[in-house]
Amino acid sequence: MAQHRFQPGDPVTVVDAAPMGHVRTPTYCKGKSGVVERVCGRFPNPEELAMGRDGLPEKSMYRVRFLQTDIWPDYEGPAEDSIDIELYDHWLTPAEKGA
Amino acid sequence: MSHPHDHGHDHHHDHDHGHDHDHGHDHSKTFRPDIPDELTYYKKLEIAVRELLIEKGIITPEEVRQTVEAMDRRSPEGGARVTARAWVDPDFKERLLKNGTEAVEELGIKMGPTKLVVVENTDEVHNVIVCTLCSCYPRMLLGVPPDWYKQRAYRSRVVKEPRTVLKEFGTEIPADVTLRVHDSTADMRYMVLPRRPAGTEGMSEEDLAGLVGRDTMIGVAVVDRKTSPS
Amino acid sequence: MRQVHDMGGLPAGEINRDEHDYALWEKRVDAMMMLLGAEKGLMTVDELRRGIEIIGEGAYDRLSYYERWMSSITTNMIQKGYITTEELETKLVEIDARRARGEFDAPDSHQGEDA
Repeated sequence: MAQHRFQPGDPVTVVDAAPMGHVRTPTYCKGKSGVVERVCGRFPNPEELAMGRDGLPEKSMYRVRFLQTDIWPDYEGPAEDSIDIELYDHWLTPAEKGA
Repeated sequence: MSHPHDHGHDHHHDHDHGHDHDHGHDHSKTFRPDIPDELTYYKKLEIAVRELLIEKGIITPEEVRQTVEAMDRRSPEGGARVTARAWVDPDFKERLLKNGTEAVEELGIKMGPTKLVVVENTDEVHNVIVCTLCSCYPRMLLGVPPDWYKQRAYRSRVVKEPRTVLKEFGTEIPADVTLRVHDSTADMRYMVLPRRPAGTEGMSEEDLAGLVGRDTMIGVAVVDRKTSPS
Repeated sequence: MRQVHDMGGLPAGEINRDEHDYALWEKRVDAMMMLLGAEKGLMTVDELRRGIEIIGEGAYDRLSYYERWMSSITTNMIQKGYITTEELETKLVEIDARRARGEFDAPDSHQGEDA
């Protein structure tokens, strides 16, 4: 189905912004790039639900895998260590392959 | 006498400590006793709001009681049953890793509005779960989360220094094993499928489930043949 | 601005692994949220979180987990008009009077007469 903008394996970058309101994007991954691990489906937008509205239209939501060394420049563990974060479509932009 | 907290009060807060401030209760005991005769502001608020909602017919006392009882019935035993089944039944394990929500329903566990993702520990990958933004936790499988899971220290640190945090829990992950942290930020809930320990080949599914403790399914511990679950 | 609950990666001290058994009143806060949320659809878990996130930096760390929940549930119920501030005020005064008469003296009697 073409209803999701990104597919598993796609490189993405998290939007680096801090809007007012309720958001489910942790600050530590903002501006960082990772790879879509899986498409979780479509869900009501929590930023709208939190304000008492219906959260529609639903947003695509993805699990994005980041290398720890990309998130934390001073990460001390092995280079393969990673962190998976659930992110909604509007918080992601396409990234260059191999970025 | 307790009174409403003054939110503007100039309290000294050391954010380098992960303790939930709990009004001077003794932290030296493993289990902090609730002081039954201390009717704090928030306890009063609980009584007041609940009674108002009941008087207005929005909720009933029976519903509150039944919901508390359902909560009391949920425990890590559910996750342990799922784990043991996955260890003895490769087809179930495949279904569990593919679609956790549907697979655990086979064992009578309903996830409700959130979806379950099960992540498998192998000799190449070790997984650990956190919710940095609040306290998302697979309650349908593990019951209510432990205090430390909800506190600042674990939530802040495990995403950045997971190997150090695991060491503090007594779990050393070898450098040739990839460590994968899962930050539960949205609509998914995670359970770690721990590795089956060596030397358990002849054990029954039920006995295997008895080896599986809560912390091994969060990923801060590994299943040990000799240790009983926490 | 980075909000108070958004703490991943910030410096923090040792993990305190003490655990406590949830008190009955805490379980009832949890139950109230389950009922108002998934069961009856009167407020969402997102609204619960929002109400917790805006209690302010000092309060977030000073209050216990279920105190934060109770704060948010109350704010949401007032904002949505299921209860009014005046009703709550009257009820809190009534509870103080009931306490003075000894209603909440017995261990674990904080439920009032219904549980």
